[in-house]
Amino acid sequence: MKKIIELKNITKSFDGEVVLDNINLDIYDNEFLTLLGPSGCGKTTTLRIIGGFETADVGDVIFLGERINDVPPHKRNVNTVFQRYALFPHLNVFENVAFPLREKRVPKAEIEERVNEMLKLVALSGFEKRSVSSLSGGQQQRVAIARALVGQPKVLLLDEPLAALDLKLRKDMQQELKKIQKATGITFIFVTHDQEEALSMSDTVVVMSEGRIQQIGTPVDIYNEPENAFVADFIGESNILDGVMLRDRRVSFAGHVFDCVDSGFAPKEPVDVVVRPEDVDIVPEEKGMLRGVVTSVTFLGVHYEIIVDINGFKWMIQTTDFVDVDERIGLYIEPEAIHIMHKSEYSGLFGDYSSFSMEMDEIGELEQIEELAELTEPSEEGAGRDE
Amino acid sequence: MKNKVSLKSRGSLIQRLVLAPYSVWAVLFIVVPLLFVAYYAFTDNSFHFTFGNISRFFTETSPVGDGSREVRRYLLIFGRSLKLAVISTLICLVLGYPFAYMLSRASAKTQSVLITIIMIPMWMNFLIRTYAWMTILQDTGILNGFIGLLGLKPIHIIGTEGAVVIGMVYDYFPYMILPIYSVMAKMDMKLLEAARDLGCSSAGVLRRVVWPLSLPGVISGVNMVLIPSISTFYISQKLGNGMFYLIGDAIEQQYVANDLHFAAAIAFILMVILLVGMAFMQRAANKKAYA
Repeated sequence: MKKIIELKNITKSFDGEVVLDNINLDIYDNEFLTLLGPSGCGKTTTLRIIGGFETADVGDVIFLGERINDVPPHKRNVNTVFQRYALFPHLNVFENVAFPLREKRVPKAEIEERVNEMLKLVALSGFEKRSVSSLSGGQQQRVAIARALVGQPKVLLLDEPLAALDLKLRKDMQQELKKIQKATGITFIFVTHDQEEALSMSDTVVVMSEGRIQQIGTPVDIYNEPENAFVADFIGESNILDGVMLRDRRVSFAGHVFDCVDSGFAPKEPVDVVVRPEDVDIVPEEKGMLRGVVTSVTFLGVHYEIIVDINGFKWMIQTTDFVDVDERIGLYIEPEAIHIMHKSEYSGLFGDYSSFSMEMDEIGELEQIEELAELTEPSEEGAGRDE
Repeated sequence: MKNKVSLKSRGSLIQRLVLAPYSVWAVLFIVVPLLFVAYYAFTDNSFHFTFGNISRFFTETSPVGDGSREVRRYLLIFGRSLKLAVISTLICLVLGYPFAYMLSRASAKTQSVLITIIMIPMWMNFLIRTYAWMTILQDTGILNGFIGLLGLKPIHIIGTEGAVVIGMVYDYFPYMILPIYSVMAKMDMKLLEAARDLGCSSAGVLRRVVWPLSLPGVISGVNMVLIPSISTFYISQKLGNGMFYLIGDAIEQQYVANDLHFAAAIAFILMVILLVGMAFMQRAANKKAYA
């Protein structure tokens, strides 16, 4: 596979605060790559350095073998879909999409043809004459994508493009983006803090935290073989426990010795052990490898999410079997379900559900909804104006 | 639009009471005077309806040069006013636009300092500012004193059209900058990044994004400079040494001479011409904005 972009030792600070710390990343042709991490992890800055809107303090950006550190954005064969679309309010849908072509003085007939083709690709044929402020959030999003693709860039940068859309629309757009990427064969670099989005769309996921890359891999690798406690916690739900590797394929944690499938650790090496909530089987207490008492049960539709207290450590378990609060149960964990990680700076910070409560989660969601309402407000106003 | 609709449908008593002072104010001080201007413009001294004042504006002549030629007196004055006002407005725009642009991109602290500096002259009385320019521009004034120090020949400015234009530009400059600045400060910087991303050089960004989006500010800036400078009379009297009789001077003179009807007619015609001009400009801008 051909490397299209290489980031080499990229370091960047703002006002003395390091936001990117020695980033090394190869991006391949025709790849759907996602930069995933919590806000402030440096993913957007990485994108802006590739787009040419920021310059790295140290390190090189290589584009098809050529160093492009000092090439301004308008001379890079890279286009961006901005977080809040950044459509030109003084131009209609057609002219927004035609914008880059007019700049390149493409002949009129060709502009017409290419814009129409793009609008068809994003399912907006017939919207040519509409004012962009009269469009819904999802439609504006499509215009932004069409506008970024019409110039046939080698790479499309997408900066949390779906963050302002509601859940249902977001799911549809995820599918659509993936389809567009396949149809055009353009490399997509996608920035998001939504791990589900990252897993479902990407060929490659780059997990970032605190300005550093924590792990690069396929979605399956990232989920099944997290590199450290941060990745294990950020991607999906995880129970992360202190353990000691006794020898290859034998690990001790939670007061019990388990068979596992990992090897290559030093004897008696302290490790982090990850067990995904869906990989734990509930058995009668006397048959369990571990025993504990259920402290909470939440029905989530496809399964129950239960919290089990085992010697003071709260495990999260997802199960379709109903158990009751205060019931004593046993846990059975298969060797394949146990994933061993080296200790890292993130050890001990994540993976215990003792502070977990659904209430907290709901508050978080409420905030998100409010944020969403705020984001979508301008387009609603716009829709009103057009009527 | 939503807001307006809800305001109308919810026209509660309290809302009307709150709005009442403004409505009264608007009627008393805007609508009534305008009606009076129109009434005076279309009546003679005994308050009989006439087009005489209006037609006088377009037809009255006066001799020029050795008296062998005649010109339409008030059309000439109007033309001169328009010329000086347009020149002043253009100078304000050419100087003010880049300044407003840089101002809007500066740090918050720089912005507030610069805006204060722009506003400070406006705290001083307009007449005093004009007198200050007289002392600067006089043949033996500060400017020529400075030029003399450099060993250059003194220049004659006061009493020329140039002096009038300098006075107008100085007095009305802030009215050009502030509306343009306020539009530019609100402009989404992401739009400029998007334009660069889509292949625009800096000049392209300016021409294809910044300029069209700043047009509303430009239009109100132009209006706010053009209108007062077209009807100014004080600046032309002081800095033009009374040699440039402008439309404002004509109105003042008729008023002083107690021909209120003709003064009203001139004011009325000026107003109509400006309104038509503004409407035309607004339409052209809208057309451009939504092409």
